[in-house]
Amino acid sequence: MAYKIIASQCTSCTACEAECPNVAITEKGGTFVINPKKCTECIGYFDIPQCVAVCPVDNTCIIDNNFPRYQPRA
Amino acid sequence: MMYDAGPSIDVTDEAGGSVGDIMQQIADHKGCGTSGGSGKASCGSAAGSGDLAPEIWEKVKNHPCYSEEAHHHYARMHVAVAPACNIQCNYCNRKYDCANESRPGVVSEKLTPVQAAKKVLAVASTIPQMTVLGIAGPGDPLANPAKTFKTFELIYNTAPDIKLCLSTNGLMLPDHVDTIAKYNVDHVTITINMVDPDIGAKIYPWIFYRNKRYTGREAAQILTDRQLMGLEMLTERGILCKVNSVMIPGVNDHHLVEVNRAVKSRGAFLHNIMPLISAPEHGTVFGLTGQRGPTAQELKALQDGCEGEMNMMRHCRQCRADAVGLLGEDRSAEFTTDKIMAMEVDYDIDTRRAYQAQVEDERQAKVAAKQAELGTLAGEMSDVKILIAVATKGGGRVNEHFGHAKEFQIYELSTAGAKFVGHRRVDLYCQGGFGDEDSLDGVIRAINDCAAVFVAKIGGCPRADLVKAGIEPVDQYAHEFIEQSAIAYFKDYLGRIRTGEITPVVRGDADIRQGAFIAG
Repeated sequence: MAYKIIASQCTSCTACEAECPNVAITEKGGTFVINPKKCTECIGYFDIPQCVAVCPVDNTCIIDNNFPRYQPRA
Repeated sequence: MMYDAGPSIDVTDEAGGSVGDIMQQIADHKGCGTSGGSGKASCGSAAGSGDLAPEIWEKVKNHPCYSEEAHHHYARMHVAVAPACNIQCNYCNRKYDCANESRPGVVSEKLTPVQAAKKVLAVASTIPQMTVLGIAGPGDPLANPAKTFKTFELIYNTAPDIKLCLSTNGLMLPDHVDTIAKYNVDHVTITINMVDPDIGAKIYPWIFYRNKRYTGREAAQILTDRQLMGLEMLTERGILCKVNSVMIPGVNDHHLVEVNRAVKSRGAFLHNIMPLISAPEHGTVFGLTGQRGPTAQELKALQDGCEGEMNMMRHCRQCRADAVGLLGEDRSAEFTTDKIMAMEVDYDIDTRRAYQAQVEDERQAKVAAKQAELGTLAGEMSDVKILIAVATKGGGRVNEHFGHAKEFQIYELSTAGAKFVGHRRVDLYCQGGFGDEDSLDGVIRAINDCAAVFVAKIGGCPRADLVKAGIEPVDQYAHEFIEQSAIAYFKDYLGRIRTGEITPVVRGDADIRQGAFIAG
């Protein structure tokens, strides 16, 4: 149900924080984290997840397999 | 990452021609250097408006990033309040961020707008020649508009005499032109590396624009359209624009002549072509693919080629986005966030004005000395042109020991006078009182295209090695003004050619050292 940020790759550039339509991204311990309860994978807002699209380091914002994929309500 | 910063606010400039007039004068303006007679003027040679319109000169004369002459006397600082970026450049790597990383776009500390404003006041109170504040990243200031403009607002309210500048990749510029005007930011630098999307696709892997990631040619087309639109909109509003370009051999080196034409026709008043920095250890795409940067002579040839079109900037040090001090020095380590927050800051505008008045007197004296010396060259007829390297600590004087020099300023001497054409960074030759032979080789490679090196003092060993390499060590002008001394030397040089004492030879090329300035 959510994306996550690989902390070891995060440059802490803040770009994703401003783009997230769900305000799910915050700074924590020097890097940024996604609140899985708030993340909707941008479904209903944009065609592609904004954090993935804006992140300067490839494969840093990725699907968190610990959660089921987000299901938009009908 | 943005290379270097630019521009500023000029709160004193309300009068003086209409916007249209001023921009026309900018467009007509040409040349940079101290050469007289050839129709070229100077960005900072004569006291030094050259043929710059008075309104423009008023705006740029104390700006170290714009006026080659001003950078000897005035300092700038960058505050790193803008970490996010919206484009990816192949010469940039945002991954690493440590104090030992010596390249543009890298910072040691990010600041909040409140911290940044306090830092600016602390630095301005400690360094009275600090006249310019730039926001250049480490990402793109306009990808962080709230932080950028909040910082400007805080500084404008407490220290209105400090000029504000902004350096951007231009992608979001058209959206923010009115805000830039509102905060009295009247100098903006745009990094434009291409106007052809096919070339752009080789420089920019992607951009993030209006909630979408674009790649390849499409990305470069959007970027160039937005950059040129932003430039035109700023020009229409009378906001001075400098254009930065990174010279990437084999990718955009020839194309930059076209870029130069495109930005000139849209009213940019200064073009700064910088060498690519691409050391493999920086981990940039160009660094990893082995894309080389230009040699000193390749860079100079391109700058010379564009100079007929418009003013060229030659003194850019490609500094970090958190640099503090005169160009060529970085005092950022003195002003870390911890130290600043503990400082009691008393912003005394009168002390700053008194200091700046003193600098103005010194500048006038220097120009007068140069003009007088130039008079003695009148009547000399010769096609000889040579380059010289100068060791200086600033103030426009030959006042640095050879072994202590971290960079050399390069002047081109001809019967037209002495013209500043660039600088070369080197590793210190003298380390702990002893000369280091390896770094001496590096110094010689960096100034290999020069006929002489002017120093305040030099030891016997390096002197002999320089002579062997065909570079004449000159210490007779210690602590004198650079340009006056250079003209006197050149006059003597021509005399020695006439008597057959020396035969001018074509010097080889020289290296450009990788990396931006850091403290130390």
